[in-house]
Amino acid sequence: MAKNLKTYAVLTIMVLGLVFMGIGCTGTQNSEGSSPVNETSSVGTTAAETTAAEAQGIFLKGSDTVLPLAQAEAEDFMTAYPEKSVTVTGGGSGVGIAALIDGEVDIATASREMKAEEIEAAKAKGIDPVEHSIAIDGISVIVNPDNTVSELTFDQLRGIYNGSISNWKDVGGKDESIVVLSRDTSSGTYEYFKEDVLLGDEYRKDALIQPATGGIVSEVTQNPSAIGYIGVAYLDESVKALNLDAGNGSEAPSPENIISGKYPLSRPLYFYTNGEPSGLTKEFLDYVMSEKGQSIVSEVGYFPMNK
Amino acid sequence: MFNRKYKEKSIESVLFSISALTVVILFLICIFLFRDGFLLFKATSLLDFLTGKFWYPTSVNRQFGLLPLFFGSLLVTAGAILFAVPLGIASAIYISEIAHPKVADFLKPFIEVLAGIPSVVFGFFGLVVLVPFVRTAFNLPTGQTALTGSIMLGIMALPTIITISEDAISSVPSALKQGSLALGATRWQTIYRVIVPAALSGISAAIMLGMGRAIGETMTVMMVTGNTAIIPSFPGGLFDPVRTMTATIALEMGEVPQGSAHFHALFAVGSVLFIITLLINLIADSIKKRYRFKVD
Repeated sequence: MAKNLKTYAVLTIMVLGLVFMGIGCTGTQNSEGSSPVNETSSVGTTAAETTAAEAQGIFLKGSDTVLPLAQAEAEDFMTAYPEKSVTVTGGGSGVGIAALIDGEVDIATASREMKAEEIEAAKAKGIDPVEHSIAIDGISVIVNPDNTVSELTFDQLRGIYNGSISNWKDVGGKDESIVVLSRDTSSGTYEYFKEDVLLGDEYRKDALIQPATGGIVSEVTQNPSAIGYIGVAYLDESVKALNLDAGNGSEAPSPENIISGKYPLSRPLYFYTNGEPSGLTKEFLDYVMSEKGQSIVSEVGYFPMNK
Repeated sequence: MFNRKYKEKSIESVLFSISALTVVILFLICIFLFRDGFLLFKATSLLDFLTGKFWYPTSVNRQFGLLPLFFGSLLVTAGAILFAVPLGIASAIYISEIAHPKVADFLKPFIEVLAGIPSVVFGFFGLVVLVPFVRTAFNLPTGQTALTGSIMLGIMALPTIITISEDAISSVPSALKQGSLALGATRWQTIYRVIVPAALSGISAAIMLGMGRAIGETMTVMMVTGNTAIIPSFPGGLFDPVRTMTATIALEMGEVPQGSAHFHALFAVGSVLFIITLLINLIADSIKKRYRFKVD
């Protein structure tokens, strides 16, 4: 009997402990700023206000497109300066910008420009977002190599993606229905494509949503009537990249055209800081823009900024 | 003597605490899931969520309609069951009644290996082999269809169905079997008139558990079904792309801002999924209990 009581006592304590743990987590989720992030942000503000010697760590958050690049840069930077630390996490452009607005990060990474309402929200909280273009990314529209279509105007591309064009013969191809592939909503490229190509229209309802770029390449490789969009870094022999015409003639997604901006689906990748960067934030940004930093950009598969 | 008893008791209480912990963890998961899901109803009404036909989570006129996702899950699961049940039961009968014990011992580890393959591997196989095959075989615009998902899920549910059915069939008292044979029934007649009916509740439980496995699967389904959020028809919808509840959560969790309506909508979908799986498991459990009673 006494043993039983003991067992129950132990159990009760464990359950109580767990419940408190649960309540602790609940509070964290509600306030949205968990304590570790706040600690990081306090380091960040110090970095902005005091000398670099005092602040040895900065925190980056944002775009999954920028993630591999930012990570490569951070690793290289930390190899060169082992006493300094740069922490990079993904989550998406929107998440990074939200974190910057909340003062949680030193740099928000983004594969799109900040929206007007985001800038407003930042100003309202006393944050002054400053944009830095750090690299250029091209998006190519791909089809199966058997497809006879090799170029599209922006209007045609938009029609295909919003559903008003659904047969290849309407854009000069065979009489086959078009299988439209898109990324999922968590991709920054999805958002970029929606804004720049669809001009805010909805994607057609029956588009096939692929969880990864690999899924798009795989389906286009196998399916002669499929069309999809991918980062140029992922282009290979198994698919055909279309030339695009935004009104100034048809342009191929070649590195020269993407860097010069002639190819219409090229976009800069951004770092956003609160005010002009200083301290370690500035050091890191300068490193990314240096010759060494920009050569990493090419290695990762994006294009360096033309200066 | 006393020492030994004390030891025994302490082991007992440790084990009891551990199992109690599982219950507590489950309880906490429920709270978190339902709490975040419930917050969705600040933005949309429960009725709109349960009866909405459109899933536009990031659009200007955002809509969180569960129906396309719910029917997507249902269709893919139904297809998987149609595919896996006959195959699974046939395999179970073969292994427990027909196959030579040596053959059965050889087959069983293979079924276990099938259960151990990570679902992303199944998904990759589906994407590279089955998707193009389905497209050309049925002359469809794309091979990323509910059917493809069903076949893959069917394969993944097979080990569950086979092992549990086999268990049920093997537990049929041999007196029943011998009685049937003694009455002059052939081996085949004994199997499908006596053994299978006697094991039926166990087999039903196997089917329910396989269904539970199929409805909760995410990775493979997300890779091969096309993820188009349109309400599918039955059975024609098998040849169209569909989106399941699990795939939606996995696809959209990435960039959803924490605390937004979209975030809560994903938790609400998760809650629905949780309730469905719980119900299926409860049903399977009650069927299983009935069957145990019968054998005794």
